[in-house]
Amino acid sequence: MEGGVAYENDLNLKETELRLGLPGTGSTIEKGVSGARNNKRPLPETREEGGANGKPDAQHDDQENAPAPKAQIVGWPPIRSYRKNSLQPKKAEAEAAAGMYVKVSMDGAPYLRKIDLTVYKGYPELLRALENMFKLTIGEYSEREGYKGSEYAPTYEDKDGDWMLVGDVPWDMFLSSCKKLRIIKGSEAIGLGCGA
Amino acid sequence: MGPNPKMRKEFFDSTRSSPFPDEVLERVLSLLKSHKDRSAVSLVCKDWYNAESWSRAHVFIGNCYSVSPEIVARRFPRVKSVTLKGKPRFSDFNLVPENWGADVHPWLVVFAAKYPFLEELRLKRMAVSDESLEFLAINFPNFKVLSLLSCDGFSTDGLAAIATHCKNLTQLDIQENGIDDKSGSWLSCFPENFTSLEVLNFANLNTDVNFDALERLVSRCKSLKVLKASKSISLEHLQRLLVCAPQLIELGTGSLMPELTACQYAQLENAFNQLKNLSTLSGLWEASAPYLPLLYPACTNLTFLNLSYAFLQSHELESLLCQCPHLRRLWVLDTVGDKGLEAVGSNCPLLEELRVFPADPFDEEVIHGVTEAGLLAVSYGCRRLHYVLYFCRQMTNAAVATIVQNCPDFTHFRLCIMNPGQPDYLTNKPMDEAFGAVVRTCTKLQRLSVSGLLTDLTFEYIGQYAKNLETLSVAFAGSSDRGMQCMLEGCPKLRKLEIRDCPFGNAALLSGLEKYESMRSLWMSACNVTMNGCRLLAREMPRLNVEVMKDDGSDDSQADKVYVYRSVVGPRRDAPPCVLTLSEVDEASRCDGSPTNQNPSRYELPSWPHAPCRTGLRWAGFSSLRNLFVVNAWEHCVS
Repeated sequence: MEGGVAYENDLNLKETELRLGLPGTGSTIEKGVSGARNNKRPLPETREEGGANGKPDAQHDDQENAPAPKAQIVGWPPIRSYRKNSLQPKKAEAEAAAGMYVKVSMDGAPYLRKIDLTVYKGYPELLRALENMFKLTIGEYSEREGYKGSEYAPTYEDKDGDWMLVGDVPWDMFLSSCKKLRIIKGSEAIGLGCGA
Repeated sequence: MGPNPKMRKEFFDSTRSSPFPDEVLERVLSLLKSHKDRSAVSLVCKDWYNAESWSRAHVFIGNCYSVSPEIVARRFPRVKSVTLKGKPRFSDFNLVPENWGADVHPWLVVFAAKYPFLEELRLKRMAVSDESLEFLAINFPNFKVLSLLSCDGFSTDGLAAIATHCKNLTQLDIQENGIDDKSGSWLSCFPENFTSLEVLNFANLNTDVNFDALERLVSRCKSLKVLKASKSISLEHLQRLLVCAPQLIELGTGSLMPELTACQYAQLENAFNQLKNLSTLSGLWEASAPYLPLLYPACTNLTFLNLSYAFLQSHELESLLCQCPHLRRLWVLDTVGDKGLEAVGSNCPLLEELRVFPADPFDEEVIHGVTEAGLLAVSYGCRRLHYVLYFCRQMTNAAVATIVQNCPDFTHFRLCIMNPGQPDYLTNKPMDEAFGAVVRTCTKLQRLSVSGLLTDLTFEYIGQYAKNLETLSVAFAGSSDRGMQCMLEGCPKLRKLEIRDCPFGNAALLSGLEKYESMRSLWMSACNVTMNGCRLLAREMPRLNVEVMKDDGSDDSQADKVYVYRSVVGPRRDAPPCVLTLSEVDEASRCDGSPTNQNPSRYELPSWPHAPCRTGLRWAGFSSLRNLFVVNAWEHCVS
C-alpha cells in the first residue's frame, strides 16, 4: 500500500544531531535531564518511548509511551486509492503552509495531540488552548515557582533536548526552540522549582 | 428491433395463462423500473417471463462472473442500458492484484453483435483498456452514457476516443479510477458541432485541459446539467464557465486557491448568484476561508454538499451550513472536528446522509479528527439521518446506543474506528454492545460495517436481529468460528459478506454451505481458512466458484484470500496465475497443473420450460420455487 506518513522518530534525530559537548558526555537517549544545565529546571527522568506492539491490542499505554508505529496494514483504514493519493500531498502542503506543528502529550491521556504554535499570539492563548484541549486547569505561572494553583504544568522540549517549563523564555524564543510539549502532573509538577 | 415472431410461436401453446396479448403485457411491464421487481415478475409464469425479458431495457449485473454476456443477450434481447460490476470491493483497498480480471472487453464484443443500439454503460471495478474504450466508441452509434467508477487499465487516450466518436454522448462520468492521466487533450476531441452533453464529470483527472476548448464545449451544450471540473480549473476559469452555464444543477468546482483580484471576485460572486438551480456542490479543493462566501448565493437550494476534499475548520463549515437549509447529504473531512459536527447538528435538520472522511488516516498519534461526540451531536440534530460513514479514532458503546436511539432509521451504518481492535475508550470493553444496539434498533438496516474490538457476541447480535441486512463488512473482529457462523445462520437477506483479518476458519467457512447460493459473494482474507477447506467447499457446492489467491511466502496450506460467488457459467477461464479457481470439475485436471478446460455448456441456461439441465437439475414447476435454481440463479446473479 502506498502512501502513509513517515513516523518521525525523535530518537534517530537525536542520534544524528551535532552537539557541543565534551567527549564522553554522550547524547543520552533517555529524556531525563541532568540538572546541571543552566536555567533549566530539573525534571524527573521520563520513560523511554514504548516498544512496538504489532497486535491490535486493547490497552494503550498511557502518557508518552505512545506505541511505536505499527507496521502499516495493507488496505487499512479502508480508503480508496484516489482519495489517499490526493490527500497525502495536500496534508503536507497544509502543514508546511500553516506553520509549526508540535506534538502535545499529557500524562494519563491515551493519545498525543498536535497543535500549530503559530496560531497563538502568546503564552496566555497557548495555555488556554491546552486547558481546553485536555480539559484541565494549568494555574498561574511564576518564574520562581513554576505553575501554582493546579496539579498540571506544561513543559516543553527544546532544540537541545532539555525539558523546560513553558514560559521560562520569551515567546519568540519559545516558538523557535520548542520541539514538543508535555503536560506533566502530580508530584512532578509541584516539585518543579527554579534552578538546578 | 421488434420481437422475433418465430420465438413467439415456440412458446405459444394452450397453457398460456394470461388473457393479454404479449404486446400489452410488455407495455405494462416496461413501466417497471426496479430490477428486483422485474426479477419477481419474471417468476410468475412463462408468459410474464417472456414479456419481462422482451421489455427489459436495463440490465444490472452485480458480479460480471456470475453470468456470461451470451446468456444475458439471449435472455434479454432488447437491452439499451447495462450496469456491470467486477472486482470484489476490497480491490479498492489494494487487496486484489491488478491483473485479477473483470475485463469488460468480452462483454463489449458480444454487445456489439447483440446490442448494437446500446445507449448506456455503467461500469464499476472493471478492467477497461483504451482499446475497449475505442471499440465502444466506434461500434455503438447510439451510445449516450458512459460512467466509469473505480475502474482501471485505461488512460486519457481512451477518453479521447470516446470524445471523438460518440456523436450522441450525453453523459461522461469518470470517477476515482486508476487512470493513466497522460494529458488533458482528450477534452479537445469533442467535435465543434457536438452539443448533446448533459453530464460531464472529470473531477478526478489532474492534467490540465485546454480551457478554451472546455469553455466552448460548455457554451454550446445548452442541456448541460452536471459539470464537475478538475483541480486544474482555476477560479478565473470557473467564473467563465459559470457564465456559460447558469442552468447547472450540479457543480464541481476546480481549485479554490486564492488568486482573484477584487474585480474578479465580484464577477465570480455574480456568477454564483446566477446559479439558482444548484442542488449539488463539490470539488472545492484548497478551499480557503476568504473564498467560501462566494459559494453562499448558490447554496439556497443545495441538497448535496461534498466537502470531502476541502480542509475546512469548524467555523468555516458552520458558516457554509448556515446557507444550506435544505441539505440532505453532506460529505466532509474530519478537519472540521466535533465542533464542526455540532454545527451540522444545529443547522441541518433535514440531513439524511453524512460521510466523514479522515484527512490524516495513517498518523496514529494525531487526533485531529472527530470522536464519538461529533456523531452524537449530529444525531441529536438530524433525526432523519439514515446513512452514515464515519472514520474516527475513538468511540464508546454508550454513544452508539444513543446515536441509534436518536436516529432509528439507519439503512447504512458504516463505522470505522481506525485503530484495529480498539475497545470502548472509556470502559475498555469490547464494542459489542454498540453494534448490538445498532441491529436491535435499526430494523431497516441494509448495510453495516463494524470495527473496534469485537467478540463473537457482536455477530450473535447481528445474526439474531439484522433481518434486512444485505451487505456486511468485518475487519479485525470476532473470537472464534462461532462469530461467522452466527452471521451465516442469521441474516436472511445477506448478499455480500466481506471479512478480513478475523479468526474464522474452515468450520466457519463451511457453515455457510446452504447460504452462499443465495448470496452474491463472500470475501475472506487473512483469516484461518485453508486450501483444504476451500476445496471441500468447492466440492460440496459445484454451483459456486471458489477462488483463492495466495500471498507471497505464505504457507502452502493457507488460503490467504478467498472469494466465493455463485455463477451459472462455472469457473472463469480468464483467471491469472495468481488466482486459483477451485471446482469439483477441475480437481482432477488440477493435479498436473494444467489449465482448466471446463465446458461452459454444462451450466447453460436451458430454454423455457421443459428442457432439463444437463447437470441433472429437475424442474419441479412453480409449486416448488426452491428447485428453480437456474432461473433463480439468474435473478440472483443480476441482483
